[in-house]
Amino acid sequence: MPANSPFDDPSRPALAPAAVAIRLGAIGAVLACAALLFAYTAGVFSPHRLSPDRMIAAVDLGGGPVPGFRRNHAKGLCAAARFDSNGAAAALSKAALFKPGSVPVVARFSLSGGAAFQADKPSTVRALGLRFLPPGGQEWRTGMIDLPVFPARTAGAFYDLLKDTAPDPATGKPDPAHMKALFAAHPEVLPALKIIGGKTNSSGFADDTYNALHAFHFVNAQGASVPVRWSLVPVQAVVPPPASPPSGDNYLFDDLIAAQARQKLQWRLVLAVGQAGDPTADATLPWPADRQKIDAGTVTIDSLSSEADGSCTAVNYDPLVLPDGIEASDDPLLSARSATYARSFTLRAGETAEKKPSAITPQIVQSGGKS
Amino acid sequence: MMRGSGLFPIPSRVLHWLMAVLVVAMLFIGIGMVSTVSPRYEALVAIHRPLGIAILVLVVLRFINRIVNPPPPLPDDLPGLQRLAAYASHIALYVLMFALPLVGWGMLSAARYPIDLGGGVQLPPILPHDLGLYAGLRGLHTALALLLFGLVLLHLGAALYHGLVRRDGVLGSMTGVKED
Repeated sequence: MPANSPFDDPSRPALAPAAVAIRLGAIGAVLACAALLFAYTAGVFSPHRLSPDRMIAAVDLGGGPVPGFRRNHAKGLCAAARFDSNGAAAALSKAALFKPGSVPVVARFSLSGGAAFQADKPSTVRALGLRFLPPGGQEWRTGMIDLPVFPARTAGAFYDLLKDTAPDPATGKPDPAHMKALFAAHPEVLPALKIIGGKTNSSGFADDTYNALHAFHFVNAQGASVPVRWSLVPVQAVVPPPASPPSGDNYLFDDLIAAQARQKLQWRLVLAVGQAGDPTADATLPWPADRQKIDAGTVTIDSLSSEADGSCTAVNYDPLVLPDGIEASDDPLLSARSATYARSFTLRAGETAEKKPSAITPQIVQSGGKS
Repeated sequence: MMRGSGLFPIPSRVLHWLMAVLVVAMLFIGIGMVSTVSPRYEALVAIHRPLGIAILVLVVLRFINRIVNPPPPLPDDLPGLQRLAAYASHIALYVLMFALPLVGWGMLSAARYPIDLGGGVQLPPILPHDLGLYAGLRGLHTALALLLFGLVLLHLGAALYHGLVRRDGVLGSMTGVKED
């Protein structure tokens, strides 16, 4: 044996076989504990933890998933747009895009739900995603919907809402007992649904108002922070929906394409500035109507394109992609949306080979909206 | 008597233990953040991205340090297979500590997710905006992370084996503590 072997060291007698076994066992126990802790962190022992996959499975109850498509807001249309900032928001936020000037925007109009080939209906929630691309990075993404408030305050409440309002296969309608349990478990849901039920619908995408719903903090160059909720308010006149819904599975998108060919479509970016006591962690509660409103500039649609050749397809409208000068609030839905969107993005990115052409094809866009 | 191996130089020990804490934290943060939709998600992602870049910088420094300050030799009586396993696992650890953050940066680039380093500083993308490229790198990131966790366990087990069973000074050369 070499001279430096511990087995030759008289001050260090060799371990008895039993001692070796105990020490090997202790090492094994340490490694097993580390592996179990890792598995616990991954959620292996927590089947009830709300994971992005469980949220997506709940959304799928409303139709979906369709391989290659977003797990929610699957049916959509891309738009190239621009934001002309008037500089009015620069006092609230140091974000470069609020300085006077114009920045390119990649927009996406969509319908809620995972059904990528659903028929357009007047009652389906409509959405607008915007990706502002100021030079030098610090981009801003926002996904907005045309509801005045969100129907749930937390990810858990939204999960329950999706589950409990899903149609019962036997009756085709939600189970009243489930609805009762939902309202008992999440008392904020019923008042929010009443506010949503009282909203006046517009005729389509072009004259709709899109709301971010969540509060964010705008931070200016001096470091002062104010809570803000923003909306995209149409410049074009709001037209009430027709008495009976038009025919055509894509009528909402057809109308948008036709409107864009006819006229310039623009929205004002309106910031509502919150005051002390206004809820920032509860998207089910509206802020008082008299809050200061700042018109920060105008979003103008330059052209529309199908997802097949549009630049919105590879974009995740993650509400936590924020520039320096806009910060997330304590609204728990922001993390929930960001985490779930990230998972949906990863899933669909891995399914591009199986993806069918989007419902709104380049031919429909080129024909001026004739599906 | 000769204990077979001297101590690692102090810069090597500082880098080893600093990175040990950061890499283990990173593995747990990574596996935890993708498993939840709770408000912890935002906080964990905000740590994961800049910490990954910090590890990328540190592993480059550590590689240079390893050339400047070579590690002490392994004990002469270490069996050939264990010697081979030691060399191979250390090469694999270095490769993974370098590749994981780089793949992370690449996959975020292909998805056009910004990497905020704090203070309004963002890293530029290093790959084109491409869904298929993102999907491949995203899968690779998870696979490499699980492999790294396995290797870290193996490394820990081997270190404890040296310290508790062989008692050959290898563990002490990194802890700086003489084992009994």
